[in-house]
Amino acid sequence: MGHEIYLDNAATTPVHPGVAEAVMECMLHDFGNPSSLHRMGLRADKKLKEARERIALALGVDAEGVFFTSGGTEANNLAIIGTALARKREGRHCITTQIEHPSVLNTFKYLEKEGWEVTYLPVNRDGVVSPDDVRRAIRPDTVLVSIMHVNNEIGSIQPIQEIGRLLKAQGNSPVFHVDAVQSFGKLDIKPVQWGIDLLSISGHKIHAPKGIGALYMRKGVKIHPLQWGGGQERGVRSGTENMPGIVGFGEAVRWLEEVDRDYLYRLKGILVAELTEKVPWAVINGPPPEKGAPHILSVSFPGIRGEVMLHALEEKGVYVGTGSACSSRRGHMSHVLEAIGAKKDVAQGAIRLSLSYLNTEDEMRQAARIIEQCVKELEGFVRR
Amino acid sequence: MERVALLRYGEIHLKGLNRPYFERALYNNIVKALEPYEGVTVRKAEGRYYVENIGDDPRVFDSIAKVFGIISFSPALKVEKDVVAIQKAAEVLLREAMEAQAASQKETFTFKVESRRSDKSFYLNSMELSRKVGGYLLRRIPNLKVDVHNPMMTVNVEVREWAYVYCQIIPGAGGMPVGTNGKAVLLLSGGIDSPVAGWMIAKRGVEVTAVHYHSFPYTSERSKEKVIDLCRILSQYCGEIKLHVVPFTKIQQELYQKCPHNMLTILMRRFMMRIAEVVAHKEDAKALVTGESLGQVASQTIESLCATNDAVSMPVFRPLIGMDKIEIMDLARRIGTYETSILPYEDCCTIFVPKHPVTRPKLEKVREAEKLVEGEKLIEEAVANIEVLNIKG
Repeated sequence: MGHEIYLDNAATTPVHPGVAEAVMECMLHDFGNPSSLHRMGLRADKKLKEARERIALALGVDAEGVFFTSGGTEANNLAIIGTALARKREGRHCITTQIEHPSVLNTFKYLEKEGWEVTYLPVNRDGVVSPDDVRRAIRPDTVLVSIMHVNNEIGSIQPIQEIGRLLKAQGNSPVFHVDAVQSFGKLDIKPVQWGIDLLSISGHKIHAPKGIGALYMRKGVKIHPLQWGGGQERGVRSGTENMPGIVGFGEAVRWLEEVDRDYLYRLKGILVAELTEKVPWAVINGPPPEKGAPHILSVSFPGIRGEVMLHALEEKGVYVGTGSACSSRRGHMSHVLEAIGAKKDVAQGAIRLSLSYLNTEDEMRQAARIIEQCVKELEGFVRR
Repeated sequence: MERVALLRYGEIHLKGLNRPYFERALYNNIVKALEPYEGVTVRKAEGRYYVENIGDDPRVFDSIAKVFGIISFSPALKVEKDVVAIQKAAEVLLREAMEAQAASQKETFTFKVESRRSDKSFYLNSMELSRKVGGYLLRRIPNLKVDVHNPMMTVNVEVREWAYVYCQIIPGAGGMPVGTNGKAVLLLSGGIDSPVAGWMIAKRGVEVTAVHYHSFPYTSERSKEKVIDLCRILSQYCGEIKLHVVPFTKIQQELYQKCPHNMLTILMRRFMMRIAEVVAHKEDAKALVTGESLGQVASQTIESLCATNDAVSMPVFRPLIGMDKIEIMDLARRIGTYETSILPYEDCCTIFVPKHPVTRPKLEKVREAEKLVEGEKLIEEAVANIEVLNIKG
């Protein structure tokens, strides 16, 4: 096997060498606890501030609004349960979509068990929710609307700006939470201008290590903390700060300032063109490639099971995903593909190709070639 | 006062002149099972084994409970042949036992003392010794009462080359020492049944070698890891297992392309048996073992089993043949393979599973269908590419 091509960046990304260096430095030298009173503590505290400011800058928000968490899942839990608990006297109705990440869906499932009501909005064939549906779902007791920016399985982009605007026009103004784990670093996000109250992001999807994420909170929004301790992160999220993770996160965000945002769309364009030329019967799931996120492409070869394709590709050094990493081990159909009305053989045949700034144009061509090879080898063994 | 374990063996007694051979094998297996515990020693005595220098690691007893050939064992205290030492040991054990049973200090706890002496030169006879130990315990521990008919706890005292005191008799794994009854090849899938079948055959003293059929990319690397994990659990009972991973994709694809689809499963199983037989010959094994249970699925009807048997000349052992799924699952839980067996790793071989499999295949038709592929060549190629892994617990 020659060169390995990693196209599962929506699952996780390799840590950027510069980021790894910064993390190493932090672990070996600036290892202090930011809460310590001595010089080592101060040094760590400075690093913490720097990273916070980096991330705030990237989002165009105040640094005070950025709260570090252990990752996207915790940020989503904190946003949803934290809001529900803080506003339970005002109402117990929430709105979300059918295609959210499990860390949002299952959190709402938990709230339902605890007596909240949740509306799960449908999406169209492209995997996009309609702002009108959101407007119609709002009730006087709606306290939270949680909608993802980019879907992790098919890359559809939700009309966040529009939804934010219409929510602000509401009298009771529900809290607006956006799961931006897949879009952060790839698409523009303007929480302030778009009327976003809470926004979740994660480090390991943008070349920082695993175990670090953040929740942005607009000033004035109140949430109930989910863990108690030394009052770090201004009491929102107690626990000694994960300094190596935070420093790595900050460094990754700094590096992303330098990259050419259009690069991913160029890569995706090449991949789609090559792939559709080589395997014309391939089905692209979700939005048309140019309308979806720049780094996610869901494609099906009906009749060939996604997992089989995945393993055949790995044998040839190409790593892809099937839907989200969390669901690829379960036998049943992806809830996202079901929501966009995909037929059974299309849904079972889906693989997800997800790109990063570290991939090359040549890799796109090679990957398309290898996919074609695998399809040819496997198409004779379609279940009759 | 030293912590030891006293191991009793059962069926070996039945063997006449072979007895030393069985005893030696069991000794070796106990030593191997206890290898991970530093300092622990094993000693053979008349009719039993002693595990000594146990220290305070309770996992030693878990390991002992997994050695086939041991019928029961007792954690014991080994002391000088002296009444005072025996009395003190009895007190320690009885207090521990009461604590373990959470017997409150207020309630009456009943016990009796049973003594045996193989050392007849000991200055007290069994009755006298029991009385002395019992009397001492009654003086030392409050709310204790003797009940010779139905005691809550029996304190056993044995006077041999040393004196041994114990309260518990724990059932062992039973069966016969692994390796004393030849060798067999186990067809091991990632499912619930086949590990249990392997365990049952090993219990009868058979050394187990495993074959697993791997159909990458239809089954993943993870499902292979799962089989390795199952071998690891089994090897705690049967010692190191040699696992043969057979590449099986090409055979499945050929069958799929060339043979009638309703016979795919039965044909596939015939190929599996044949390959297992080739491995058996190489490994000097004398039988094949499968996890089949009569009527469980289409490939396990009498007709299907006949058609599978027809592919090989070696005897095929099916220890689960008369068991219900529930019984097999219970046993899998007891052995410890269940949780691993049910891990849901993708098995996309389902495309090779016929939608309507034959349940009563006609042997001639199966043989005919099989001729549509180049069997010999396929088997040769699969066997040549076997990956061998030695797996230990």
